[in-house]
Amino acid sequence: MTSTTSGDAGSSAVRDLKSSDRGAVVDAGFRWLAFSAAVTILVVLGLIAWASVNRAWPAFAQEGIRFVTSSRWAPSADSFGALTMVYGTVVVSTIALLSAVPVSIGIALFTAEVAPRRLQTIIVFVIDLLAAVPSVVYGLWGILFVAPNLTGVYGWLSEVFGGWPVIGPLFAGGAGSGRSFMTAGLILALMVTPIITSVSREVLATVPQGEKDAALALGATRWEMIRGAVLPHSFGGMVGATMLGLGRAMGETIAVALVIGSSYQITSHLFASGSAMPATIALEWGESSGVHRSALIGLGVVLFLATVVVNSLARTVVTRAERRMRGA
Amino acid sequence: MTSRHPSIQTAPLVQTDPSGKPYSLTAHLSPRRRMADFAATTVMVASFFAAAVPLVLIIGYVFTKGGRVVDMAFLTESIPNSYRRVGPGMGPAVVGTLLITGAASLMAIPLGVLGAVYLHEYGPKRRFARVVRFTTDVMTGVPSVVMGVFVYVVWVLRFRSQTGFAGALALACLMLPIVVRTTEEMLKLVPAELRQASTALGARTWRTTLTVVLPAALPGITSGAMLAVARAAGETAPIILVTGLTFQTNANLFEGNNTTLAAQIFRNASQPFDGAQARAYGAAFTLIVLVFIFTIVARLISSRFNRMRR
Repeated sequence: MTSTTSGDAGSSAVRDLKSSDRGAVVDAGFRWLAFSAAVTILVVLGLIAWASVNRAWPAFAQEGIRFVTSSRWAPSADSFGALTMVYGTVVVSTIALLSAVPVSIGIALFTAEVAPRRLQTIIVFVIDLLAAVPSVVYGLWGILFVAPNLTGVYGWLSEVFGGWPVIGPLFAGGAGSGRSFMTAGLILALMVTPIITSVSREVLATVPQGEKDAALALGATRWEMIRGAVLPHSFGGMVGATMLGLGRAMGETIAVALVIGSSYQITSHLFASGSAMPATIALEWGESSGVHRSALIGLGVVLFLATVVVNSLARTVVTRAERRMRGA
Repeated sequence: MTSRHPSIQTAPLVQTDPSGKPYSLTAHLSPRRRMADFAATTVMVASFFAAAVPLVLIIGYVFTKGGRVVDMAFLTESIPNSYRRVGPGMGPAVVGTLLITGAASLMAIPLGVLGAVYLHEYGPKRRFARVVRFTTDVMTGVPSVVMGVFVYVVWVLRFRSQTGFAGALALACLMLPIVVRTTEEMLKLVPAELRQASTALGARTWRTTLTVVLPAALPGITSGAMLAVARAAGETAPIILVTGLTFQTNANLFEGNNTTLAAQIFRNASQPFDGAQARAYGAAFTLIVLVFIFTIVARLISSRFNRMRR
């Protein structure tokens, strides 16, 4: 039917559906509005990269590759090598993941395979609350409660393991003030546990029920069922969940800024104070200017690139793992 | 699980005795296998406590230390301009938190919902939608301090002043991807039949979306938005980078420095003075109550929504 049709009973309805009436204009407008909202997201991410690199340029130009290979960070001497902070970020994230991943996978397995329904809701609620606590509150608790209370434990560990071969250097050197790589890593572990747990739960939910039933029917205990049917299926997804946790741990600022102790050093001693990239930005921002501020923005750029790479990889891994499982 | 055909009975997957309990498959297990099973279960339970105990400690600590400090005067009076001084005052931070988070929500929630509508109602399969979806995922992972640096570079440097609005912009950037993703998940749950029925009655996509799809998904969208608000209210790093600092209440977002509860906790927590630490606890108590209320209400809404759908 064409737009010139007229004279029969259906014509008014037909005219309403023509592309030139008011409804169509509104529809196009709404579509355009929604489209521009979607474009905004792309623009914001693009702007972050472009504008920040632009402002960080003075520092990058001055330091070149030394920005990430030199460990001399001395704002007063105009020298900006961020290696100590890169090192701090790596150490703290490693401690966080080593403690958080087993715990998170344990909780996820417990909710998915063991706990009765009522208990499941309670566990999920507790994990939600853990995720809801603002990071600055973790920091407050860390600096005023955890750090002073852990010095005793650190001192004991230092005495007992300090002289051991291989792992000795991690602990030798006394307890320090409690504001250290270790404390920061442990606080971070609490903060990344919710995200690793919830992604792992999503992954576990995609394990085919038939395979679990088959394992049980063959006489497997629950643990053997988990080991034989659940874990092989969800391994890829768990790797992705861990990487999402890593992305979160690398970027966490305030809690780390409060408990890491802010000194620029590279040491194997876990109870020594150090610094991390995001924490340094927050702590030095107020008193910075000129190249120093560019260097801090530069730290932001390095951090941005690192988290984008880690998160993109993680998303790809999780999506692929879930798709493969659905296909199975 | 019930069968589609009433005449076909599906057999239960685990054989049960008359009382409904599964027949014990573990009665004649070797001790080693039984121990392994027991140990694994214990480890799982223990890992739950490894997360739950610190949570209880944090909440208990903040509530006992902060609950003592918080009263009406604490919530309304100005912040003392010396860390050493003992006594109340977080009024400017309370006002700042509410205004900045509110402004951020006003920007991020409508934009995020519209973005999700585009992704799901207009082009779920298009390449462009896939790119946007991937970008939102990446943006969710961008650290909040980087968002602060970004807003500083594109906004604060341009207008040469640190304001509450700059803080709101940074928080909005952090909320946006969360709102987009949760809204899209909720739109996916709206049955296609509703859209088809509306289209069959002659409604165009915009009318279908506004009068049928969004109302159906509203509870889910609300709960997602509230979680994003709770997240944003507790953000510290971007605030200390772009809003500056004030000791007096500043209700104007576009002029003059501002402050929030989270920023005040950060400033006061690292001070060795009792007065400052007490104010940090009080602010933490106020913030945690605010954030938990939002989180819990959001969860209640979404669980009721889920029950309704079942």
